Amino acid sequence: MMSIFVVLVAVMLSVAAAGAIFRIARGPSILDRVLAADVLLTIVGAALATDMIVNRNLDYLALLVSISLIGFIGSVTVARFVTDRR
Amino acid sequence: MSAELNDLIVGILMLGGALMSLAAAIGLTRFPDLMSRMHAASKPQVLGLLLFLLAIAVQFESWSLLPVLVVCWLFMILTAPVSAHMVGRAGYRTKHLRPELLTIDELDDVVGRAQELLLQSRADGTGDADEDEDPQVDDDPGAHSQAGSLDDDSSAQTAQGARRPGHSPEG
Repeated sequence: MMSIFVVLVAVMLSVAAAGAIFRIARGPSILDRVLAADVLLTIVGAALATDMIVNRNLDYLALLVSISLIGFIGSVTVARFVTDRR
Repeated sequence: MSAELNDLIVGILMLGGALMSLAAAIGLTRFPDLMSRMHAASKPQVLGLLLFLLAIAVQFESWSLLPVLVVCWLFMILTAPVSAHMVGRAGYRTKHLRPELLTIDELDDVVGRAQELLLQSRADGTGDADEDEDPQVDDDPGAHSQAGSLDDDSSAQTAQGARRPGHSPEG
């Protein structure tokens, strides 16, 4: 039963990552791109959590905590230096 | 708790978290402007992470793990609004929004008043304002109160001067 859930979750996370990457490539402004990069980082964190659950280890827990702790720095830094150049 | 029930709960929680991520991706690709994309993007950051952390907690059934998971989620709900605020502020100032899609724009009045004051001070010939002077791009919170009390040439000059340092990082 677990394997069905894992396959479903993996497929959904892959589609979600593809959507975020599409927005990074396409995004009309840099703010759209940094927002999509934030979502991509969150999806990577979700994939790490799924991996920990499937393989029954806790190797990536510190990585998950640090992602949630410093993940916002990138978007704050980019948003700080956005100028009106259109 | 039996192993099957445990697996079922973990699977449903993971599925919910993955659904949040999928919803965010669909919102990112389909929504028309930055503000609505921000609305979609915040779902996996808070709710999706919560569901995945709950799945980890149910899977490992260990009390010593719980504080780490709580700290992880606490950091996320502390930092996600900061980045959302900064991105939203930059998006509003650089006009990455469609005014016709907004239900209410509470900053419209403030920006209009600041622009009026700026135009007034220019019409009086007080400030030889720069071409790129934009009342929306202004980081100094004191500048608005200073600009609100313009009444003669000298204060207009100081207000203009005070605007410059806060203006430069974005200009």
